[in-house]
Amino acid sequence: MDYTILIGGKAGQGLQTIGGVLARLFSRMGYHVFSHQDYMSRIRGGHNFYQLRFSDKEVSSSRKKANIIVALDLTTIELHKDDLEENGIIIFDAQSVKQTFTGQEFLNVPFDKIAVENGGDKIMSNTAAIGAVLGMLRLETTLLEEIIHTNLKKKGNDIINKNILTAKAGYSYAINECTQCSFAVSMPGKNGNMLIDTSQAVGLGSIMSGCKFYCGYPMTPSTAVMNYIGSKAQEYSIVVEQTEDEISSINMALGASYGGVRSMTGSSGGGFALMTEGVSLAGMMELPVVITLAQRPGPATGLPTRTEQGDLLFVLHSGHGEFPRVVFAPGNPEQGLYLTNKAFDLAEKYQIPAFIITDQYIADAQWTYESLDTDKLVYNDYRLRSRDGAEAESAYQRYSFSEGAVSPLAVPGDSKRLVVVDSDEHDEAGHMIEDAEMRTKMMQKRLLQKLPLIQQEIEAPFYFGGEKPDIVVTGWGSTYGIIKDAVMSLSKTQNIAMLHFSQIYPLPLSEQFDYLKILTEARITICVENNATGQFAYLMRAETGYKFTHHINHFDGRPFLLESLTGEINECIERL
Amino acid sequence: MNALSDYKGQEPAWCPGCGNFPILETLKTALFELGMEPHQFTIVSGIGQAAKLPHYLKCNTFNGLHGRALPPATGMRLANHEMPVIVTSGDGDCYGEGGNHLIHAIRRNINVTLLVHNNQIYGLTKGQASPTTTEGVVTKTQPFGANASELNPISLAIGLDCSFVARGYAADSVFLKSIIKEAITHKGFALVDILQPCVTFNKLNTYSWYKERVYHLDETYNPYDRAEAFKLAIKLPDKIPTGIIYKNNKLTFEERIQILKESPLVKQGFSLNSTLKELDTFY
Repeated sequence: MDYTILIGGKAGQGLQTIGGVLARLFSRMGYHVFSHQDYMSRIRGGHNFYQLRFSDKEVSSSRKKANIIVALDLTTIELHKDDLEENGIIIFDAQSVKQTFTGQEFLNVPFDKIAVENGGDKIMSNTAAIGAVLGMLRLETTLLEEIIHTNLKKKGNDIINKNILTAKAGYSYAINECTQCSFAVSMPGKNGNMLIDTSQAVGLGSIMSGCKFYCGYPMTPSTAVMNYIGSKAQEYSIVVEQTEDEISSINMALGASYGGVRSMTGSSGGGFALMTEGVSLAGMMELPVVITLAQRPGPATGLPTRTEQGDLLFVLHSGHGEFPRVVFAPGNPEQGLYLTNKAFDLAEKYQIPAFIITDQYIADAQWTYESLDTDKLVYNDYRLRSRDGAEAESAYQRYSFSEGAVSPLAVPGDSKRLVVVDSDEHDEAGHMIEDAEMRTKMMQKRLLQKLPLIQQEIEAPFYFGGEKPDIVVTGWGSTYGIIKDAVMSLSKTQNIAMLHFSQIYPLPLSEQFDYLKILTEARITICVENNATGQFAYLMRAETGYKFTHHINHFDGRPFLLESLTGEINECIERL
Repeated sequence: MNALSDYKGQEPAWCPGCGNFPILETLKTALFELGMEPHQFTIVSGIGQAAKLPHYLKCNTFNGLHGRALPPATGMRLANHEMPVIVTSGDGDCYGEGGNHLIHAIRRNINVTLLVHNNQIYGLTKGQASPTTTEGVVTKTQPFGANASELNPISLAIGLDCSFVARGYAADSVFLKSIIKEAITHKGFALVDILQPCVTFNKLNTYSWYKERVYHLDETYNPYDRAEAFKLAIKLPDKIPTGIIYKNNKLTFEERIQILKESPLVKQGFSLNSTLKELDTFY
């Protein structure tokens, strides 16, 4: 059992509410859910959709074909009717769509009328639609009633009751009228799953890593992380500040980090471009900071609400001069949680900037888990604090060579140790210098000695497949789920494997897992990327000398869909 | 702290006769008289000759990027609002490159003391016009004279209802010291614009030019009257008033943040276990 529901309409029609409630409902019932959103850069109107897949098996990608389409406007029917799966049904309200459709694949449900008759207000038509979907699937409304109770708690009992009546009426209408409905929905028969998207997971990861300060400037699709942390700020004592611009964000985050707390900032391409001088400052001052970058298509303002993996090389090279960094790109919320924690840990352990790269698709995509493994999460305070003794306070030097690559980072004001940091090249005490010998020694300590230590911390890529695969499909970041689903489905007929990188820079050493051997011994190796130039393939070539045999690149601002990716992989195989 | 000499930092690399020297000495004396030991405060700066000051004074130092001193100063105060933060900046650094940050630091009313060494010229890059250069002054990059009218930092700050606005003169140490001490102890964002002769590049605003114009606001002046302060700020510069031109008792940014009422962020502990319950909210 594996069904896809698409809810389409104009921005502002409430399709996110319908999608969000259905996703939550199915995950609570114990199904696996995967959802993604497609929206335009406007507040009202246009065409947006929310697509969710639910199944009794694991799902981690979006399909093109839908079993149920909830059309809140005419455009949705026109644009998506060809995406309807066999025996699929489009439900719509002929009155609001202002046109009627007949045939097996259409079901006219008077959402507005049901809402007015049962709830007294057209505003509840979305609740009628949710009820109708449940009726079509022959699922119960008990859990929906619970969700209505929780979601509308603040609005009072009257509103709750009216919504429940409306939901039940929508449900009954579909039970009675949808005689052609033939969905075979099996109950998963287990406890409810959790439902989380990657932006929330990154926010959660920062809270669980002891982040005390977050600042940023609103920019789609990065704002969701700030919203999430902001909503929890009071509870976990985090100061969240909306800055005047992104230049201020990174500098403010560095000031807070210098002050002794874990800090984070985030943006999307255009905003991150402004941050780069501050990234360089973090490199020179050796101050820990975590930066989350939610990619969207560029250049410049690009496609503000769409998706692309176009900023990998930009992040790798962001900031002038040479300094170490780590770059992580989670492929799902679970990795988002874990890698954010690891970014905070490594940023502080090595006093470097650490990056979490997502993109609109993965940032908004919701996944289900039975639970998330928090045993892997770590919290170590690497800073030198007053409790560590007052010894040698007068001899304290911020950039001392005596400890090797990582000098002790004290907290100003916490002891008599003076913390002197500078954007100019400096001596061990932190004061600016220009002499060649000190410059060389600082570069060796700050960069050349640190990088190999950092590389030791990077884990092997995710591998799925047999020992000697014929075909290896490789990806990074947000394509994890789609590649996994595509490779799983192709593995029935092919000796195919998947290789996914979420710890991108430094690249993992091949000592722990020899991914280069697997690649070189395979007949076909395909690098799948949501960009035009194959940035990860470029990085692999530059760092390891390995060149993929095939590339699949999309750069239309839309995510990969299961049917098309499977088809394209097959084409690569057939071409040979 | 026993002696003024305990604040001695590195040897300054300023031109002989530079107005930065008396400002440095005055700041040291002010800190000494306030009993603030070098580890008990932080000086933040951007880039420029004035921004080098923290190296010449023993203290916690964050010498960051051009124009960017105020954002890290804000971050520091939010991390630890018990630590006094002083920013030393120049007219190019603060009013040019960092203009946007200045507006928003005033708006936030973060409790930071900002000392702007205003020499009305770019020193470090060797003599170009700055935002406060008098209109028409000829420089190497403005050979036909600076085309823009000069920025008035005092009226700008009063316009933004800045919590503390003062003007000092580098060569008037005793009076400048009293202004700086008040600025540091003032609760809220304090801007002290310090008129500073640049002996190398500014041939107009010299020591003798200032001597003819600078005067002290007397004790009858009421700095809490915003309209009067504004009038004073926009007067033609035949005579230049120095002293505390405007102040108010607004709540600081730190005071408005609920979380900081308990203790500074840096002193609030963290345990991973206390956050585990957050996972339940996703079911």
